[in-house]
Amino acid sequence: MLSSSSEPAIPLSEPSADEIKTTTCYMCACRCGIRVHLKDGKVRYIDGNRDHPVNKGVLCGKGSAGIMQHYSPARLRAPLLRVGPRGSGEFKEIAWDEAIALAVKWLGDVRKTDPRKLAFFTGRDQSQSLTGWWAMQFGTPNYAAHGGFCSVNMASAGLYTFGGSFWEFGDTDWEHTRYFMLFGVAEDHASNPIKIGLGKLKKRGVKIVAVNPVRTGYNAIADEWIGIKPGTDGLFAAALIHELLQTQKVDLDYLARYTNAPWLVIKNPGAADDGLFARDDAGNPLGFDRASGKPVSALGKTEGLALSGSVKLADGREAVPVFQLMAERFLAAEYAPEQAERQTGIAAATIRRIAAELARAAFQEQVTLDIPWTDWFGRRHETMVGRPVGMHAMRGISAHSNGFNTCRILHFLQILLGAIDCPGGFRYKPPYPKLAPPFLKPRGKPGDVQPMKALPGPQLGFPTGPEDLLVDAAGSPQRIDKAFSWDAPFSAHGLMHMVIANAARGDPYPIDVLFMYMANMGWNSAMNLPATLGALTEKDAATGEYKIPKIIYSDAYASEMVAYADLVLPDTTYLERWDCISLLDRPISEPDGPADAIRHPVVAPDRNVRPFQDVLIDLGARLGLPGLTKEDGTPRYPGGYPDYIVNHERRPGIGPLAGHRGLNGGDFGRGAPNPRQLEQYIADGSFHIHHLPPHMRYFKHVNRDYIEWALDKGFRLTPTPVIFQLYSEPMQKMRLAAQGHGAVQPPDEHRRRIATYFDPLPFWYPPFEQDQSAGEFPLHAITQRPMAMYHSWGSQNSWLRQIHGHNRLYMNRARAAQSGIADDDWVWITSPIGRVKAQVKLMEGVNADTVWTWNAIGKRAGAWGLDADAPEATRGFLLNHLIAELLPEQAGGYRFSNSDPVTGQAAWYDLKVKIEKAGAHEPAETSPRFEPLASPLAAAANGGGQ
Amino acid sequence: MTALPETTAKKLGLVIDLDTCVGCQACATSCKEWNTGGYSAPLTDQDPYGADPHGAWLNRVHGFEVGDGPSSQTVHFPRSCLHCETPACVTVCPTGASYKRVEDGIVLVNPDTCIGCKLCSWACPYGAREYDYGHGVMKKCTLCVDRIYNETFAPEDRIPACVRACPTGARHFGDLGDPDSAVSQLVAERGGFDLLPEFGYKPVNKYLPPRQRRGGQGEEQASTVDATPASGGAAERLFAWVDRMLS
Repeated sequence: MLSSSSEPAIPLSEPSADEIKTTTCYMCACRCGIRVHLKDGKVRYIDGNRDHPVNKGVLCGKGSAGIMQHYSPARLRAPLLRVGPRGSGEFKEIAWDEAIALAVKWLGDVRKTDPRKLAFFTGRDQSQSLTGWWAMQFGTPNYAAHGGFCSVNMASAGLYTFGGSFWEFGDTDWEHTRYFMLFGVAEDHASNPIKIGLGKLKKRGVKIVAVNPVRTGYNAIADEWIGIKPGTDGLFAAALIHELLQTQKVDLDYLARYTNAPWLVIKNPGAADDGLFARDDAGNPLGFDRASGKPVSALGKTEGLALSGSVKLADGREAVPVFQLMAERFLAAEYAPEQAERQTGIAAATIRRIAAELARAAFQEQVTLDIPWTDWFGRRHETMVGRPVGMHAMRGISAHSNGFNTCRILHFLQILLGAIDCPGGFRYKPPYPKLAPPFLKPRGKPGDVQPMKALPGPQLGFPTGPEDLLVDAAGSPQRIDKAFSWDAPFSAHGLMHMVIANAARGDPYPIDVLFMYMANMGWNSAMNLPATLGALTEKDAATGEYKIPKIIYSDAYASEMVAYADLVLPDTTYLERWDCISLLDRPISEPDGPADAIRHPVVAPDRNVRPFQDVLIDLGARLGLPGLTKEDGTPRYPGGYPDYIVNHERRPGIGPLAGHRGLNGGDFGRGAPNPRQLEQYIADGSFHIHHLPPHMRYFKHVNRDYIEWALDKGFRLTPTPVIFQLYSEPMQKMRLAAQGHGAVQPPDEHRRRIATYFDPLPFWYPPFEQDQSAGEFPLHAITQRPMAMYHSWGSQNSWLRQIHGHNRLYMNRARAAQSGIADDDWVWITSPIGRVKAQVKLMEGVNADTVWTWNAIGKRAGAWGLDADAPEATRGFLLNHLIAELLPEQAGGYRFSNSDPVTGQAAWYDLKVKIEKAGAHEPAETSPRFEPLASPLAAAANGGGQ
Repeated sequence: MTALPETTAKKLGLVIDLDTCVGCQACATSCKEWNTGGYSAPLTDQDPYGADPHGAWLNRVHGFEVGDGPSSQTVHFPRSCLHCETPACVTVCPTGASYKRVEDGIVLVNPDTCIGCKLCSWACPYGAREYDYGHGVMKKCTLCVDRIYNETFAPEDRIPACVRACPTGARHFGDLGDPDSAVSQLVAERGGFDLLPEFGYKPVNKYLPPRQRRGGQGEEQASTVDATPASGGAAERLFAWVDRMLS
């Protein structure tokens, strides 16, 4: 026997690094704090920053694989100019001077003639407060990021209802909640914050209920999995509301104080004021004072206002309180649990039990914190009393054509229980709440767009009536994606998914330059991929020019989209550049206080690449854009993005970073630019959080001290509480226009659609495609990203692709058996527009009428620096090919986009398919396989230079 | 053949909570990342951007379903060396390269004396050892021996990389030989169990079982969907209640 006394001496205290630098992760949208361990000038290790508010030291599977993202061989190396046909992937490397000159020429020509002809869309952009502002200075209305196919249903529904929303604008009170429901939360959205939160709930033994057709990830650890049919969550939640109203388990005080439940709605069918709020001469909404028997202003103290009954107004019109209309809506027979059971597949008894559990948590387990606070109306409260019900919702709600209304119903459920921004409930993250909706109107109406002029305001906003839409006198869209038109009136994030199709058709007008950043629109972010590739390569028969004449694209990696660009501007990795995670953008705040962060170059690029934000600022200066040049025409930010981050002011004293403002760096929120700001951020761990005092941490919608503080910091613009808009007057105004009232009315082919879906109270309807294709295509088909690849840019990562190298089609075992399909069989997945071949994996934890797969694993041969025979290309597949970008023709020949009719959110979860076994002699590989791309990484051979 | 120490001063190991693990892979990639530059360096990958990418990992997460139909359950199962008290992987080692440390019970491989014969990986019933094809030696979890005693680290960082990264807090590290340690108490409280105890290797690492699920395990049958919804007069009753409450 060999003896264990021969234990070798091993070094136990080797330093992990020569130096550790803090910065911010970019492996997904969570933007966690990381520590980058550097050894011999190389990245040795990345771990989480314990002090950081988002991840508190932990780091997920992607973040810990960031090192392989940084050193990926798929990184672009130099600017590229297309030399082969578009889509071939054939490029030559060119010098930056040439690339910049070409971009300036193309963009300058557009700006001189018609700025609309630039469509600037940025995908997984974390610098939207810069890119949107840049587009505004350029003067084009055609700007948005990827929210139109991600979460705009959630954002809009929340913001129009209560001035906040799930995901980045709020979070569950993980410390106090006693009952937690997840709706449609795939393995993506979010990463570390929700994982940390679930860990806390598990420690406290809080019941977790997961409503999701698929039982993986977070849903797998829930106490109860409700395998709902896709697209029916709204009906389920409406049935819960029905049951709560039926059993009188709603928080009346909360409704009366903080919502428009007591506001009076005019009942005057057929007239122009039908369904609007009754208002006094000053425009204040009215409520009915029970004591005096008179209508009084409902802004202010609302004790004593009626919640039900019919009121005769002074002028004889009839009006009823919002609460009554809402109760009548949800007590209707269609929302009874037995009715909901038919469509959702959830037993009525289960619906009743869940409603009872919610009510028990809310009303029998209330949380009281001994923190006195004062509300907006001057009432002092000795304690903070909370209804400890937490909820989170995401993709399964947002990516359906009924997502806006469904998400509104979820918020109704929270509000009826009194569970918004109270201990144990859903909490706003400052700068939220904003007004419901925020006071920000989209710009880009006829007249707003002028050659050589900036747009008079931002492109994206929140219309509150037909007069705010971006349409001309004939009602035609003004944006290339038709956002804020009658097609999608409340499309607060734009419709990036429609840009390429519309531009190629010249509908509503042709464009000249398509400029995109970090958006794989030529692959896994496209709907109907074959048609999208056609649109990118289609030529005008008369001129021989591409229908989309010029495409500029910036990316760090050789994604599929690169092959479809004419000019490629290579970006750096996230460890090589400055960035700013701004409160003006998508914040990383915590409920206890606003937070922002930076990235800084922790390693220098070893390729001929430049940070996209630096390039954009350079282009802006060369184009002479107003905000990017000084009066004498010289660049305003000659130091590039870091110069902009420090010195740009959106309003006096308010800039991209809220921390370390003022000349000495001692001010928060508002203060003069501080030349040492970035240095001070780095010294603090590359982030800044301002902790609110305890009395401002809850009830921020009506908390006087919070609102006054938020006004001072510029987070709120108006000194008013945020009254939750259960009944949405902006919706009713749109509907009235569709019914023939007012100066701005929709074209006739839009009237029925607007009148139906712009209901001032939310309602459930079946998703469009499901409605149309129920018979021939019996199965729902949905996707999710695996946790280790959520929102990540480049699943080519050599470690992550060992975990998820190709995807299967997951099917319910019993359902598959009925069709004679066995594990590992190859099948054809067919939708109304095409078919895709995939290999099956059977499972128990999936709704029997649903199939699903991992998204964005399938890759095109030649892309991402992978070998052409990589499993991602041979066996990996996308469902994108099967998802139509347009709905079938309506009467009159018009085709609406396959999107939510309110927000324009891409409805890619609406897909219905049929599954058939592939023939025994068909090859065991996916289909269709598109022609392999030449790798743009080989371009160096084609000449050009540094 | 290699001898085992009769006892070890400590029994360092992991406690992994299967009730809380969501299968995110953070423990797997953070392990790979730390160890490809640490004691086990390099952890090589073969064909990393090609048709058959595979490499050496010291920790992998598997997801599987238990049971059939509505009562089935999805479990995420992280798998790494259990640092057994009597590990066959050590006793089969022909060169003494595999050994169990006397001071803390960690099972390690000495890469200088490992000949890559793979006997140890055949002996391990848990599949916890991985042969590194690029390096030609056997690799396995070291419990981050180069972290847990590392005096250049802040005390709170002297834990395995997987434990530090785990976002749900499903992984715990400590001395399972000390009944008063936090990990031992957690095991006692939650009914922590040994993996495949019947093999007799006495794993030090413990797993905490998924908790009893509450509600909705298919006990509520679909109703007869023809049932008439009982909503007649509900609005009137609600408004009468509201009136009483507001008065």
